[in-house]
Amino acid sequence: MDTPATYFHWGFILISVPNLIVIGGMIVLFAIALIAPFPHAGEGDDVGAK
Amino acid sequence: MSAPSSVGGSTPGKPESWTVRLRQGIDRHLPMDHLLPDRQPYYVGSWVYVFGVVTIAALFWVILSGVVLSFMGPQWWHDSHLGKFFNSLHFWSVQLFFIFMVLHLWGQYFMAGWRSGRAATWMIGVVIFGISILTAFTGYLSQQNFDGQFIALNAKDAMNGAGAGAFFNVLNFGQMYGLHMMLLPIGVTILVVAHIVMVRSRGVVKPIDPEGGAR
Repeated sequence: MDTPATYFHWGFILISVPNLIVIGGMIVLFAIALIAPFPHAGEGDDVGAK
Repeated sequence: MSAPSSVGGSTPGKPESWTVRLRQGIDRHLPMDHLLPDRQPYYVGSWVYVFGVVTIAALFWVILSGVVLSFMGPQWWHDSHLGKFFNSLHFWSVQLFFIFMVLHLWGQYFMAGWRSGRAATWMIGVVIFGISILTAFTGYLSQQNFDGQFIALNAKDAMNGAGAGAFFNVLNFGQMYGLHMMLLPIGVTILVVAHIVMVRSRGVVKPIDPEGGAR
């Protein structure tokens, strides 16, 4: 844990691998949230919508 | 002292009492069926809408673990097993808070969540994001270990370079700890409550119509 992180270096992009993993995981999670079916989707109505 | 002619709201016309005006304003803009709804619009059936409430859940654990840490003190969170557990709980719930806040930000950005009179809601969210970053930075300075000292020494140059060194002395642990555990969390909490109330008063924004009809 006390050793420096490995860095990914591609052109002007320089980012640590742990940060890259977190950002990649967030993008994957966002994509899953868009695609994955939501339980009971479509059963709601327009209450509260404007 | 004027007579309380409109107390209770029974007098027709504009009530003089500010409590009546406030009550009527709340009834008009934030009825209980908006504040605590049991039904949601059909388009809310997506996991994208869950990111906001998960952020609030993470904030709950951040505050709860922070209260325990502030009560017990630095020696406890560094030396005891239970203290280390709450230290880690505080750190990792902050990680989840930021991850889900950014996912919530992405979701609202791509669906243009500021439409139909929701600009103030969006801007308060931006301010919450900024204050949260300040809270996290002061948290790194409040660790009471060599890592915190190293960060403070380097942050000092950044603060001076930005011209803010006269207002914030990052080497002053008392100032940073006070900001981290009192003023900034209070600011975040108040703005989060305002953010939620504004979301509930107007409801969730409609999706963008692919035909270009929705605003």
